[in-house]
Amino acid sequence: MAEDIESEENENILVIHRKITAAFEPFDYESKNTVDVREIGTIMYSLDCFPTQADIREFIAEVEENSSGTVHLDRFMPAMTKVLLENKFPPIPRSKIFQAFKVLDKEQKGFLEPEELTKFMMEEGEPFTQEEMDEMLTAHTNRKENVIYYDKLINKLTADAPK
Amino acid sequence: MGCGTSVATETQVKQLETDEAVKSPSPALTMKAAVLIQRWYRRYMARLEVRRRYTWNIFQSIEYAGEQDQLQLSSFFTYMLDNFTHLNGNGPDLISQLLDPVIDPWLDRETCYKTIPIPESYTGPRILFPLSVSDTNALLSAFKEQQILHARYVLQLLYESKKLLKQMPNIVHLSTSYTKEITICGDLHGRLDDLLLIFYKNGLPSAETPYIFNGDFVDRGKKSVEVVILLFAYLLLYPDHMHLNRGNHEDHIMNLRYGFTKEVMQKYKTHGREILQLFQDVFSLLPIATVIDAKILIVHGGISDQTDLDLLGSIERHKVKSALRFPRRSLEQLDIGQSHRLGKRMRSTDISRPSSSRSYNGNHRTPTLRKRRCRLSRQDSGASTSSSSSSSSSCSSLCSPRTPSCISPQTYPSSPSTPCNVLQVPFLDSLSSVPLPSLPQQEREWKQIVDILWSDPKTQEGCSPNSFRGGGCYFGPDVTQRLLHKHGLQLLIRSHECKQEGYELCHSGRVITIFSASNYYEEGSNRGAYIKLGKELVPRFYQYQVSRTTRRLTLTQRVRAAEGSALRALKEKLFAHRSELMTGFLKYDPNETGCVSVGEWAKVLESVLRLDLPWRTLRPHLVHLAPDGSVEYQSCFEDVGPGAPLPQVAPTLAETLFRYRTDIEIIFNIIDKDHSGLISIEEFRHTWRLFSAHLGVAIDDRAIDELARSIDFNKDGSIDFTEFLEAFRVVHKLDSKDHQLSENADKEKCA
Repeated sequence: MAEDIESEENENILVIHRKITAAFEPFDYESKNTVDVREIGTIMYSLDCFPTQADIREFIAEVEENSSGTVHLDRFMPAMTKVLLENKFPPIPRSKIFQAFKVLDKEQKGFLEPEELTKFMMEEGEPFTQEEMDEMLTAHTNRKENVIYYDKLINKLTADAPK
Repeated sequence: MGCGTSVATETQVKQLETDEAVKSPSPALTMKAAVLIQRWYRRYMARLEVRRRYTWNIFQSIEYAGEQDQLQLSSFFTYMLDNFTHLNGNGPDLISQLLDPVIDPWLDRETCYKTIPIPESYTGPRILFPLSVSDTNALLSAFKEQQILHARYVLQLLYESKKLLKQMPNIVHLSTSYTKEITICGDLHGRLDDLLLIFYKNGLPSAETPYIFNGDFVDRGKKSVEVVILLFAYLLLYPDHMHLNRGNHEDHIMNLRYGFTKEVMQKYKTHGREILQLFQDVFSLLPIATVIDAKILIVHGGISDQTDLDLLGSIERHKVKSALRFPRRSLEQLDIGQSHRLGKRMRSTDISRPSSSRSYNGNHRTPTLRKRRCRLSRQDSGASTSSSSSSSSSCSSLCSPRTPSCISPQTYPSSPSTPCNVLQVPFLDSLSSVPLPSLPQQEREWKQIVDILWSDPKTQEGCSPNSFRGGGCYFGPDVTQRLLHKHGLQLLIRSHECKQEGYELCHSGRVITIFSASNYYEEGSNRGAYIKLGKELVPRFYQYQVSRTTRRLTLTQRVRAAEGSALRALKEKLFAHRSELMTGFLKYDPNETGCVSVGEWAKVLESVLRLDLPWRTLRPHLVHLAPDGSVEYQSCFEDVGPGAPLPQVAPTLAETLFRYRTDIEIIFNIIDKDHSGLISIEEFRHTWRLFSAHLGVAIDDRAIDELARSIDFNKDGSIDFTEFLEAFRVVHKLDSKDHQLSENADKEKCA
């Protein structure tokens, strides 16, 4: 029994390792098993993690090669494996996002004006860049009414998750 | 920490539900809500980014593979020329005309265009030489309305441009002290919309708005003729304020493959050939480099560790008609005659020999060098080169994408010890022979130009030759530094590579890549950009993106479009290699269950297609899984099929035709001198015999004759090759359905 559990665990770790390598590879341009430190966030997200910017910074501090601006797979792998095994940055359930939007939607209108959303996204929390903001607005503002129906937005983004 | 935040939010939010104070949430709560949303949204965007990346990988890999084909095409032309002087009996052969550097003297005389009358019915633009602003304006409006400039004017324009360019030095020196600001543009590749957008945003060329266009005006885009006519027109109008550098696509052999030749022939049925001849001369007369204030060097591709600006300034540049017909001595140094196995795909950029100038770096932040270098393994297969091959340090070798298994049927005296007077050139799957040529000086000069037109920067130090084709280099930051220092320069501006943001800096800001064809791959794929430079010589970047639709595409839509396009291209490749793939699959599936493991599937694809792609990630788009998680490998051929009912051909032959369809089309178009769409059976037989001899596809004469007969539908001794080739165009069965689906999805998105 103990053996079975162990081998299952090992299997699990193997799968995780493979996932991590697969996520790492597209950013390893020179095939040296290193990536630019600025890609770490993207890689973590692509592994179904939801770290905050602060989380990402902390993680980078652990794995970066002497402030060289690069991260080597040798250090990334164990750190990321731990993150995945511990489910450190679990996905945010839809209900929570919905609640979050409701908090911002003070009058409970069911939608947000572009200016409102912009203010929140660019001035609060971990602010969006102009580009991120533009993308969000372009993609999700209802053309006719010029507002953002956040329940629709949530549905869209959740549905659009790639296989 | 992540957990902490979400827990806090949860608690807070729960409080909220019970609390009536929804209308005035605390600032802390607002912040937490914002963070949550930002995090969640960023994660979604990151996943999109990953999809975008591997989409670029696909495009890049396939393009690179296409470049290898181009190598073959050029070798094939050389071979044809040497072995086949009169493909069509009477008159000068078009191939010779196109490939040989012999100029038809008739085209040098002014009368060449004067004899061409302009019919009454002509409604296109009329221009008067010497040109004035009204002429260039007339051209602008005419082209915006899809009109075509009459051949007579084109020839006259080219003739005048040729006269002007002859007076220019190889390296043009400019000064900012007399001008406001200089605008520098990169590759345009026949994108008229981008050129018009630049003129709109930045102003038309004039004394107040001088321009430098850094090469690659033609090929790939559909309006190369219009683009290059406008550029030359402005050149004639403002010779002091309009500057054109030669790019690697200002080359008639590249044009054969990448669309410019075809476009000219289509738009100018009667005079296309003369026009192309003149273009050939004009292109080779374009200056190679521009220097601003003796501080900024502008070239199309890049530099090498051999680049010598003094030498470059002194050579007769027009002698290098095409970078692809190199002085054959270098073939020797390329270790030709040794068979090579191409390891993994290299960086898909410049090559001195046939190649596309397109290359992609998916990341706009870091300059990249594509994965893995070309691994060369030498086998002394008995074909020989002279002993100098071993001593060449900067040498590189021609690789064949398939392991050459046979040597050309030609028998030449060859033994490892004696220097032979012919070279075996790897062509497709075998080797063909080319006679040895010429002088080391010529070769040095040729290399200087080729390096300028074809090189790419890389992040590592050093200068490595493009080991695949013997010309053009990858140059490192030390090479840049050395050259800049040697000539007292401070900046190198080049183009040649597509960048997502339209520009990119590397080598600590000493090298700038500027690329001006937006949406190069796909609608929304990349921005174009141009540089403005004033007296202080600090570059400012201006970006833009041409859009077919008035509304801006979201990143999601762009990624989806690009992804779709890349996957289609990939599926076509799979289809074109079907039999090899099936052989590979069956090795892992001897009992023919129809399934292999994912790992095995990936292995087969990798080894047959030689494309360095994340196959596991792509798997869901390419094949179905059986219930037990294994891959049903036949399903990757489901969605694609031939464009028309196939003529009776053997499967391997069919596949060959699918693979090399574009190249075959070019050859047919060349042979079809009167553009009738028909070639004689005899011509077909000849060409096909040659072509297939080098493909390593064993086809006997009977099979070719049968093939010819089967496609001679009219039984009149001529073949409609367009119809023939139509059968070998790969179509996607789900095409119209796909399109409909994605359109509907898009409509919903923006509701």
